[in-house]
Amino acid sequence: MTAALLTWAIFVAQFLLGLAMACATFRLIRGPRAQDRVLGLDTLYLNAMLLLLTFGIRSGSTLYFEAALVMALLGFVATAALAKFLMRGEVIE
Amino acid sequence: MTHAAELPGWAALLTALFLLLGAALAFTGSVGLLRFRTFYERVHAPTLGTTLGLGCVLIASMIAFSALQSRPVLHEVLIAICVTVTTPITLMLLTRAALYRDRREGSDYVPTRAPRPNDH
Amino acid sequence: MSRWLPYPLLSTGLLAMWLLLNESVAPGTVILGGILALGASWALIALRPAKARVRRPGVAVRLALMVVADIVRSNIAVAGIISGLGRRDRRSGFVRIPLELRDPYGLTALACIITATPGTLWIEYDSETQAVLIHVLDLVDEDAWVRLIKRRYEQRLLEIFE
Repeated sequence: MTAALLTWAIFVAQFLLGLAMACATFRLIRGPRAQDRVLGLDTLYLNAMLLLLTFGIRSGSTLYFEAALVMALLGFVATAALAKFLMRGEVIE
Repeated sequence: MTHAAELPGWAALLTALFLLLGAALAFTGSVGLLRFRTFYERVHAPTLGTTLGLGCVLIASMIAFSALQSRPVLHEVLIAICVTVTTPITLMLLTRAALYRDRREGSDYVPTRAPRPNDH
Repeated sequence: MSRWLPYPLLSTGLLAMWLLLNESVAPGTVILGGILALGASWALIALRPAKARVRRPGVAVRLALMVVADIVRSNIAVAGIISGLGRRDRRSGFVRIPLELRDPYGLTALACIITATPGTLWIEYDSETQAVLIHVLDLVDEDAWVRLIKRRYEQRLLEIFE
């Protein structure tokens, strides 16, 4: 009974996170300005990280945790570099 | 297919609850990204996912793995710390870049650099 | 003590992170983690970061609990705004808050607190005028926000860091 409940809960959670990623992708493609796109990308990787954790719970494998940790770190660097690019027009100065 | 059947009832129930709550919060945050009209309002939306949304999913993951491996699994705390420390930096950099661009274009919406009393 | 352990808080934090990442407290892991934590803190001497002094750990713990409660509360509030349950005439805007807090670690903590609570966002701190610009999603009364931030967070951070 509870096992079926959990399977359903994981399915619903994955569906919701997928929709959230779609919203973020819409903002990434649509803009209207560059900062909106960067914000969309930031939200996209965050939602992807949550989705990875959900996959981890579903499969019972800790590999997904490590992928999520790497994603959190790389996403931070990516957004910081993009924000700096928006500010100055160049990343390396 | 899933390991859900191996979890004891209480753990499965709690995991399901926190997972749904976290996913719903992250989804609400992303919907806010679509619904708000200005950039400065939109920046607030993803913080739902980065704070309580992430927290709930991580608690769900902790409960599930602790019950599966019958020992406390706490390494999810690392993701929580990493995201809590980095989110203010990314959002601040991003809003400052937006503010700088808007100021350079002479937008009326954003406050000027020189602070005046009662300015907003 | 200070020569062998220049940054005790940092070293402890790094060791804790290492143990969490390895998920074990076996002697080998502890020794290797300890060596790494010490090495990292010695390497950091070259950069000479200002030392953080946490004066009142009790206040810090209470502040942390309060922030968690605030995060939960403002998550619910912002979720309500997004789903359109709030008032129709919601207005967002910028607020400039003069601060007495000078300690860089205190300011960092305040920035983390303000950004981590959905609905408020730290934008820029001007060290000349010593004022911070924040953006508030649901701005009703500007003075109320200034009072709230100053009384609720800044007062406690002043106690902790200065």
